[in-house]
Amino acid sequence: MEKLLRNKAALALFVLPAFIIYCAIVLIPILVSSWYSLLKWDGVGKSVFNGLQNFVELFARNTDGFWTTVKNSGILAALSVFIQLPLAMLIALTLAWGVRGEQFFRKVYFLPVIISTVVICQLWVQIYNLDYGLLNGLLRAVGLKSWAQPWLSQPRTALPAVFLPIVWQYVGYHMLLYYTAIKSLPEEIFDSARIDGANFAQTAIRITIPLIRAMIRVSLIFAIVGSFKLFDHVYIMTYGGPMQATEVPSTLMYKTIFRKYAYGYGSGMSVFIILECFLFTLIVQRGLRSREG
Amino acid sequence: MGASSKSGIGALTPENKRKLLNGVLFAVLCLITVVQIFPFWYLAVFSLKSNDQIYGGNIIGLPTKWIWSNYSKALIDAKIILFFVNSLIVTGVTIVVTVALSAMVSYAIMRLKWRLSKIVLGLFLLGLMIPQHSALLPLFVILRNLHLLNTYLALILPYVAFALSIAVLVLTGFFETIPKELEEAAFIDGCSIYRVFFSIIMPLLAPALATVGILTYLSAYNEMMFAVTYISTERLKTLTVGILGFQGRYTTNWGTIGASLVVAVVPTVIIYLLLSNQVQKGLTAGALKG
Repeated sequence: MEKLLRNKAALALFVLPAFIIYCAIVLIPILVSSWYSLLKWDGVGKSVFNGLQNFVELFARNTDGFWTTVKNSGILAALSVFIQLPLAMLIALTLAWGVRGEQFFRKVYFLPVIISTVVICQLWVQIYNLDYGLLNGLLRAVGLKSWAQPWLSQPRTALPAVFLPIVWQYVGYHMLLYYTAIKSLPEEIFDSARIDGANFAQTAIRITIPLIRAMIRVSLIFAIVGSFKLFDHVYIMTYGGPMQATEVPSTLMYKTIFRKYAYGYGSGMSVFIILECFLFTLIVQRGLRSREG
Repeated sequence: MGASSKSGIGALTPENKRKLLNGVLFAVLCLITVVQIFPFWYLAVFSLKSNDQIYGGNIIGLPTKWIWSNYSKALIDAKIILFFVNSLIVTGVTIVVTVALSAMVSYAIMRLKWRLSKIVLGLFLLGLMIPQHSALLPLFVILRNLHLLNTYLALILPYVAFALSIAVLVLTGFFETIPKELEEAAFIDGCSIYRVFFSIIMPLLAPALATVGILTYLSAYNEMMFAVTYISTERLKTLTVGILGFQGRYTTNWGTIGASLVVAVVPTVIIYLLLSNQVQKGLTAGALKG
C-alpha cells in the first residue's frame, strides 16, 4: 500500500490540473502585475521600462487623486468596523440569548448575503431614486419632504449612500460568524453566569465577547479587506462619482486600465491593493494576538 | 417562579425583568426583519407596475393594475432568458470542474505520500488572501492573445481558479474526519488508487462536495468584475453583465428592470429555501478554520 501511495503517475494526475490552473491564474499574475507596474504601456504598442515612475505618479504627484480613493476606502472600512460589526454583534448576542423564532430571524437576516451584488445595487439605485424611490417616498410620507434628495448624486451624501446597502447586505454575514462562534461555546458557561445573576450586557461584555475573540478577528479581517477591494457596489451605483466622491482604488484601477489604457500605471494600483490586503490581514492578526497573550 | 410570587405582582422581579427584556429584544428583531425584507417587497411590487403607477406615488402598495407583461418583456425583449442560460452554463461547468479538481488535489494532499504536500496545501490556502484584482489585467492580456475573450472559457477559468482555495480548505478539513480503514482495506483487496478514489473517497466526501458546490455556485453566479471585463458580446453575457447593461438603456420601462432583477434572484432564493443550513455552513466554513 505504501508503494501505491507513492505512485508518481497518480500523483501527477491528481495534483497537476488544479495546481497548474491555480498557479497560472491566481499566483503568477501577482508577479506579472508587479512587472507591469514598472512599465509604461498602452496595451497595444511596445512597452517601455519605466522604473518606479508609476508609483511616483500615484503617490507623490497624486495625478488622478489616488489618495482620495484610498481615503474613501478607508472611510468605508472604518464605517464597517464601527457600525456594521457592532450591529452584527448585537444581533448575534440577542439571537444566542434565546429568543422565540431564532431560526427564522437567522434565515431572514442572512438572505441578502447570497443575492447577487448587481441585483442588490440595482435595487438600491431604485430605492434612492428622487421621484419614486422608496427612501424619498418614506421621507415625504412622514412629513420630511425637505429631506428628500438625490442621495447617490451629491458629493456630500454619495459615500454614506453607497455604504448603506453594504451594511444591509452583509450585516447578516458577520452576524452569522458571531452567532456560530457563540453557539460553539460550552453551554455551562452561560448557565453558571445566569445562576450568578449576570444580565444580558454583563454576560456579553465579560463572558461572550472575550471568548469569541478569534472569530471577531476573522470578521474584522473580512470587513477591512472587503472594503479595500470593494468594486461592485461603487461600479454599479455611482461609477465612482460624483466628482470622485465615491471613487475607490479598484474602480480607479479599472478605469485607468480599461478606459484610459494605461496598463502599467493601472497595474501599480492593483499592486497597491494586493499589498494593502496582505498588510492589513497581518496587522489585524498580529494586533489582536498580542493583546491575547 | 417561586421568587416572583413572593415579591408581589407588578414589581420588576428578575423573572418579569427577563420577560420584559425578551419582549424588547423580540420587537427589535422584528423591526430588523422588516428592514431586511422590505426592499424585496418593494422590488416585487415594483416589477408588476407600469411607469405611470410607479411615478404616480404608489410606491410600496400593490399595483392597481398588475402588469405581468413586464415579465415577458424582461425575458424576451431584455434577453433575460439568454443571459440566464449563459449564467447557467458558466456556473454549471465551473461547479463541476471545481468540485472534481479540488477533490483530486485534496486527496493527493491528505492521503498520497509525497514531500511537497504541505507546501502545495500552503500555496492553495494563500489564495484566500489574494484579491481577484491581481489577475484581472494579466489574464485579460493572455486571453486576448489566445483570442479567448468573449468565450465561456474566459469566465470559467478564473472562476475555477479562484474557487479552488476555499474548496481545498473545506475538503482537506473534511478528510481529517474520514477514517483511513476503508481505503486501507480496499488496497489490501487489490483495488487501484483510482478505484479507491472514485468508489470510496468520492461517496464519503459527498457532504463536503455539496458545500463546495454551493460556495462555487454563489461565487460564479454572482461574479461581476471578470464578467464585465471579459465579455462584451451580447450573445455571451451572463446575468450580472446583462442586468448591468440596463442602466441607461431601458430607462423608459422601470417595471421591466424590476422583473429582470426578480428573475435573476429566483434560482438563488430557491437554493436558499431548500438548503439554507448548508448554505450558511458553507459560507462560514472559511472563517471557522481560517
